[in-house]
Amino acid sequence: MVDTAMTPAGRPPPRLDATAESTPVSLVLIAIAVVFLALFLFLPLVSVFYEALVTGFGPYFEALAEKDALAAIRLTLLVATISVPANLVFGLAAAWAIAKFEFKGKSLLITLIDLPFSVSPVTSGLIYVLLFGSQGFLGPWLQAQGIHIIFAVPGIVLATIFVTFPFIARELIPIMEEQGTGDEEAAVSLGAGGLTTFLRVTLPNVKWALLYGVLLCNARAMGEFGAVSVVSGKIRGQTNTMPLQVEILYNEYMSVAAFAIASLLALLALVTLGMKTFLEWRYADELSATRR
Amino acid sequence: MRAVAALRIRKPSVIPGFGLTLGFALAYMSLIVLLPLAVLIVTSAGLGWSGFFAIATDPRVVAALKVSFGLSLLAALINAVFGMIVAWVLVRYRFPGRRLLDAFIDLPFALPTAVAGIALTAIYAPNGWVGALLAPLGVKVAYTPLGILVALVFIGLPFIVRTVQPVLEDLDREVEEAAATLGARRFTTIRRVIVPALLPPLLTGFALALARAVGEYGSVIFIAGNIPFVSEIAPLLIIVKLTEFDYAGATTIATVMLAISFMLLLLINLLQSWSARGRSRG
Repeated sequence: MVDTAMTPAGRPPPRLDATAESTPVSLVLIAIAVVFLALFLFLPLVSVFYEALVTGFGPYFEALAEKDALAAIRLTLLVATISVPANLVFGLAAAWAIAKFEFKGKSLLITLIDLPFSVSPVTSGLIYVLLFGSQGFLGPWLQAQGIHIIFAVPGIVLATIFVTFPFIARELIPIMEEQGTGDEEAAVSLGAGGLTTFLRVTLPNVKWALLYGVLLCNARAMGEFGAVSVVSGKIRGQTNTMPLQVEILYNEYMSVAAFAIASLLALLALVTLGMKTFLEWRYADELSATRR
Repeated sequence: MRAVAALRIRKPSVIPGFGLTLGFALAYMSLIVLLPLAVLIVTSAGLGWSGFFAIATDPRVVAALKVSFGLSLLAALINAVFGMIVAWVLVRYRFPGRRLLDAFIDLPFALPTAVAGIALTAIYAPNGWVGALLAPLGVKVAYTPLGILVALVFIGLPFIVRTVQPVLEDLDREVEEAAATLGARRFTTIRRVIVPALLPPLLTGFALALARAVGEYGSVIFIAGNIPFVSEIAPLLIIVKLTEFDYAGATTIATVMLAISFMLLLLINLLQSWSARGRSRG
């Protein structure tokens, strides 16, 4: 994406060399790509808003103002408000240790950070049921203490933290490795303390990569379905996040209500994509090399 | 001195905070990720070999694993072909709407899976926009294995495009020019010069898409129909077992899937180091 503004969209660069396909071939390839993306990406997105508004704005806003819908929205915001900062702190700590120091076992640590990505969301929920559920390892003890984790908000938060665990760390580690340790060493040798160095030197250097990671983490945290559906118990108005509320309404043939809540999540996805594209375009140098 | 240096876990540095940050990161990772995953392994080990084996070879479980892995493989293959075309078109051609198209590639990453699931179902159901066109031809997509395939293609697409795209952008046009001046026709250049360079990222993207598809749940269950032995995916069977309080069954299926995913992850790492070497050589 380095070619910004070099070639205005719509005007093909002159090419009569032997390193390009003939015009008919390129047109066919473009057509295949556009039709494929239309069928698999555009139509689903458009259909969300179409199905939500098919009976007009009245029923749409009624569905969104419904008591359980509002509870689901509140819960989703609460879960994201806890899990994103938790993973943000982890991401910063892990990236600081990995990028600013040389130590044994570093590559193993980097591999382990990506681990949750290779676990099915359903399994991500299951492991917390095995740990905290009524038949789980800690279940009986927790029950005796009157602490509810599974089929309650803490379980939803934990499962969400698990599935969004790698997002921020994996954006920060490459960019902080690229930037090296020179700035921090200079700050420390000039007498700055660890915290000052981090806040005044490191953080400004990585702020856009950080925001990028937070965006992706937040999108997944608010949209997570599989892991959360295992641990939530789906109690209306209490443990239903927005995606779970979508499922319940859809299965009850409340199509407009289901798609109304889905449309909010689709808007979130569009905002995420928009901001992500903006960051890639405007701050390409300050994101890790894989994102430019 | 040298012996002492070799014994140290890390190289000395003037930057503070190593113990604090690494300690916190390791503790947090152990509590959130490693410990719960260990519980899964311990639980399935508690079943013993025969118990584990009996569940893992149960016909319904085998059928679900076949559906999941077979269709994931097929979806990754479809994405390899079309993802390659999409990446090629986005990198090599200039046309109106290209940047918008490029931005939308990541939609499956950003759109919650449940939303994708109900949207795809609405479109590919017999009365949906695309389903209605296919119905007269006798093609049923929603509520059949074909529907699962559609959902898996949707969620896998960005993996292929986003791994192939950067390599294609870095590909030196001069090599292609050299091939052309040496008399190679365009097709020969593509086959002998471009395809070998794109093979490592394509395989990496393929493995990533496969790994994601195997575990996918949200976008699939609405469109699948979820008929045991036909269109029941392995993650759904875990949920079914859980609702029946069959924790042994759920744990076994999850462990089998996890083992296969680890092998895929290992493969991805090998492919990535291979393609990194290929890139630095070029």
